[in-house]
Amino acid sequence: MPTALGRAAALALLGALLAFPLVFTLPYPRDVMIRIFLYAMLATAWNVLAGYCGQISLGHAVFFGTGAYASTLLAKQDWLGVWASPWLGMLLGAALAVLLSQVIGYPVFRLRGHYFAIATIAVGEIVQTLVINWDGVGGARGLFVAIKRPDSLINLQFHESKQTYYYIALALLVLALAINQWIVRSRAGFYFRAIREDQDAAAALGVPVARYKLRAMAVSAGLTAVGGTFYAQYVFFIDPESVLPLSLSILICLVAVLGGVGTLWGPLIGAAVLVPLSEVTRIQLGGTGKALDLVVYGLLIMIISVIQPGGIMALFQRGLRR
Amino acid sequence: MTAEVLLQGIVSGLLMGLVYALIAAGLSLIFGLMEIVNFAHGEFLMVAMFASYWAWALWRLDPLVSLPLTVCLLFVLGVATYWGLIRWILDAPMLAQIFATFGLAVFLRSAAQALWGVDFLVVRNPLVEGRISLGGLFLGLPQLVASAGALLAFGALHWFISRTETGLALQATAQDRQAASLMGIDTQRMFALGWGIGAACLGVAGALLSLFFYVFPDVGATFSLLAYVAVALGGFGNVPGTLVAGVVVGLVEVLGGLLIAPALKYAVVFTIYLVVVLWRPQGLFGRF
Amino acid sequence: MTAPLLDIQSVTKRFGGLVANRGISFQVAPGELIGLIGPNGAGKSTLFDLLTGFQAPDEGHILLDGESIAGLSPDRISRRGIGRTFQKLRPFGHMTVLENVMVGAFQKTTSPREAREQAQRALESVGLADRAQAHARVLSTGQRKRLEMARALATRPRLLLLDEVTGGVDQRSIPALVELVQRLHADGTALVVIEHNMRVIMGISQRVVALHLGEVITVGPPSAVTGDPRVIEAYLGRAYAP
Repeated sequence: MPTALGRAAALALLGALLAFPLVFTLPYPRDVMIRIFLYAMLATAWNVLAGYCGQISLGHAVFFGTGAYASTLLAKQDWLGVWASPWLGMLLGAALAVLLSQVIGYPVFRLRGHYFAIATIAVGEIVQTLVINWDGVGGARGLFVAIKRPDSLINLQFHESKQTYYYIALALLVLALAINQWIVRSRAGFYFRAIREDQDAAAALGVPVARYKLRAMAVSAGLTAVGGTFYAQYVFFIDPESVLPLSLSILICLVAVLGGVGTLWGPLIGAAVLVPLSEVTRIQLGGTGKALDLVVYGLLIMIISVIQPGGIMALFQRGLRR
Repeated sequence: MTAEVLLQGIVSGLLMGLVYALIAAGLSLIFGLMEIVNFAHGEFLMVAMFASYWAWALWRLDPLVSLPLTVCLLFVLGVATYWGLIRWILDAPMLAQIFATFGLAVFLRSAAQALWGVDFLVVRNPLVEGRISLGGLFLGLPQLVASAGALLAFGALHWFISRTETGLALQATAQDRQAASLMGIDTQRMFALGWGIGAACLGVAGALLSLFFYVFPDVGATFSLLAYVAVALGGFGNVPGTLVAGVVVGLVEVLGGLLIAPALKYAVVFTIYLVVVLWRPQGLFGRF
Repeated sequence: MTAPLLDIQSVTKRFGGLVANRGISFQVAPGELIGLIGPNGAGKSTLFDLLTGFQAPDEGHILLDGESIAGLSPDRISRRGIGRTFQKLRPFGHMTVLENVMVGAFQKTTSPREAREQAQRALESVGLADRAQAHARVLSTGQRKRLEMARALATRPRLLLLDEVTGGVDQRSIPALVELVQRLHADGTALVVIEHNMRVIMGISQRVVALHLGEVITVGPPSAVTGDPRVIEAYLGRAYAP
């Protein structure tokens, strides 16, 4: 939205979000917002690969888990002293995720459409199975994130209040959105979209398709991993069930698809709808573990795909009548 | 590991492979018809297994006895899915197609969990139980019956597709939708029929599996991924090819578990999938 | 005699039992306009696929400026200077007309601003500048054809392969399209044009290559080729051969 009105609205939104923790000082609302930011960020990252470049990955949790495990394992290395910082872990996790994405992408990108999607599911399952059976990284029991005293920005740990977490999460989201925007306006962004629209026609125009798919994958993976590290430092416990499962991959997709695949604001809208919705279902059903929220998700996904694959943003744009 | 253990493994892999083949056949049929991958395929199987289980738990009907009911139920489920969901996304962008059946999968799986919990359920004292000994090898009777049943059902499917007029109409629709409709074939009916039959295959497979397999909401997940592997190996749309492919998957699963590690056997299967699909995208027998 | 821009030598392509192209040989000089004719199924589009990297020949050589391009990927061939349009039009539907052309323009620059300028110019040259902000999928067939050409032009090819210029276009719009092709030719771009409309071919081609059942049956100036009895027989059947 390059209009003056659009920019003003975005700034106003930013202002409101910055002021939010000052008004709402209880931990619960802040927690909800933090999770909205996190999912919006993950969906934004997924969007780069799937929304703009058209490669539907259903195994993105792999990168989230890479970030979470990388930083957690690094922080455990006491012999590294101050270098065992979660921030470094974040960079390490992102780098590993990028590397992993290239290793996965190189063969798997030769597949198209449904076959690619299935392959990403298969990769996700393989990785989760491997981690569950690998005691060196905690296996099925998972890992507790090393608690370092004192709380500080360097240690990315705050036990007293969620306020700093809130601002970090917001900053990460803004970073993801900024990267997204920068890409969309650049040559890479045009190439990504051309690949999505018609891969062969793009190639006939000189677009190095394979190379750009890998680049989209790299950006997407790196950002997702950053989210994984944040999560680890926020929740203090990770295991294959929480950071690597297919259900997480589903959720990331759903947030993006609900809000509007291939749009800038879609992920944020999707997260803003879905996170409170999941809270409501969780509260109403008292956390019985009956997966009723997933039932709702399933229905939502079906409805969206039939009625409006473009998500909420598409409904919105129809209303604007371009 | 002795030769005996290996042989035992091969035989059981073969038997399970026949069941995988039947599961994969339905998937292949649907894909051949309209180039849509049914991500809810495993969940249809799960529904069939639950149907058999509840028929037994509530009315003491053995899965083999309730098999016709299960098949009918799944047929209806397949047709209903087509009319209620698939019909609307036939020409939609690929993202929408993937998500439609994906959403259905999530919905079915979590609905099962909400209704019946996560416990592993099992049919006790089925009509067919116990083992028989064949030349030093032990073969579970339920597994034998399941494989035989799967093979029979597969044969029936193949006969139907290649020998009956409706079956040929199905094939025609799969090859060229427009040409088929120009020749008076009601393509909507064909598609619905395809979904019905594909689901019915799962009805047979699910009823047979419930003889000896645990029944729980997530049970479909592994089977569906194994089915994708089998379909990819056999060639999407190539129903006869899935017979060989299913057996191959069954063997790889068992041998992977025996030779590498039981916990990793699925990882082995999926890795084989990736290898095959990259080396020969049209599968071992497909013509892409 | 100048070296040929494109040199096709005995190219053969088989699909299973079907021989789509058999022993095809001809050359394209720099800046030359060649018409490629033949009934449906003659192998014209397959030849285009071979020239642009969407298929690799089973036998023979394809040389661009003396260097072999057979079997290279489509994007590499495009960067070497061959552009093409598709018979079945393939616009980037969810992108605007301008953005479509910019994808092509980005081959020669990394700057979005420059790409936008180049794209504008390409659109002007095909007469689509007024529809720059429209989404590609709302365009008419004639407009889409022009968009495809603009898109390929933005890559500044030395050789442009046009797959069906007038197919599916209403009579009124044909002269404008033909004039566009002639303007491209006048700018120095070599062109190979697949076309069924004989009058168009006669009007624009310097030489014509006639294909039938995967083989070249004759090469020469338009009048000679269209009067050739073998060509007439191929298109219309033996009853019409003089």
